[in-house]
Amino acid sequence: MGIVTPGFTGRRRSDVNLPPGQYLTEDFPVLSAGPTPRIPLDTWEFVIVTETGEKHTWSWAQLMAMPSEDVTVDIHCVTKWSKLGTRWRGVPVSAFFDEVETAADFAMAVSYGGYTTNVPLDDLLDGQAWVAYKFDDDDLAPEHGGPARLVVPHLYFWKSAKWVRGLRMMLEDEPGFWETAGYHDYGDPWREQRYQGD
Amino acid sequence: MAFTETFTDGNALAGPLREIFALEMTSADGRCVTCGRTGPVADLRVYGHENGPGLVARCPGCEEIVLRLVVTPERVWLDLRGLVSLAVIR
Repeated sequence: MGIVTPGFTGRRRSDVNLPPGQYLTEDFPVLSAGPTPRIPLDTWEFVIVTETGEKHTWSWAQLMAMPSEDVTVDIHCVTKWSKLGTRWRGVPVSAFFDEVETAADFAMAVSYGGYTTNVPLDDLLDGQAWVAYKFDDDDLAPEHGGPARLVVPHLYFWKSAKWVRGLRMMLEDEPGFWETAGYHDYGDPWREQRYQGD
Repeated sequence: MAFTETFTDGNALAGPLREIFALEMTSADGRCVTCGRTGPVADLRVYGHENGPGLVARCPGCEEIVLRLVVTPERVWLDLRGLVSLAVIR
């Protein structure tokens, strides 16, 4: 069937190692579920709320003062495009948890504009995820999630929440925005976990 | 917080909704849960129409989500979270 085909049309390359069903693109497609928010840096904040309700807040200035990492990673969108060797600068998510005590196994990433997506905490730590604010040496553009977005490259890119505002820690996994509308709770591109039941 | 606009109108929902409903849905009048605005589905602002993971239709009055529609290989997922009611013309 396929009335709205969530499909990116591109070239399947045999000389690069792509997850199953993915196509290589050199572009950086912009997918959105709503208006692009513009968040002034003087009001931007990143908030982790633990399962006990304890809040930890970082301002933009505090984010900039944290040690950053430059990473080059491949990204895979569930709409079937993959982009190789993308360059980001950001603060590893694990750095925020140096100051946070939590027994929760899951996090709900929460964004300006209302977007949410669930990710296991273990997938955000140990150099697997960043709060990124530069792409290709430039400030991250609003249409790509600036001023800051989550980057979790080992999962489908809908998990890399644009305009990230914080993490709500959860003892039990709960589905986020796309996960409540048929998309997979975990989203491993190498196991092609696109939809519920995959 | 200011926003940039990148949407199309609710006629983008015509094809997908035709697959689920027996009657023409874009002319149906929906009432928004959030702001109470009432108007045809065709007037909704639809995001994700260019190869997005799904269609997200927002109220032109308050920008809140009225409905979402995701087509997977095996199912059509319809989320009508933002509708008080939908008056469909017979």
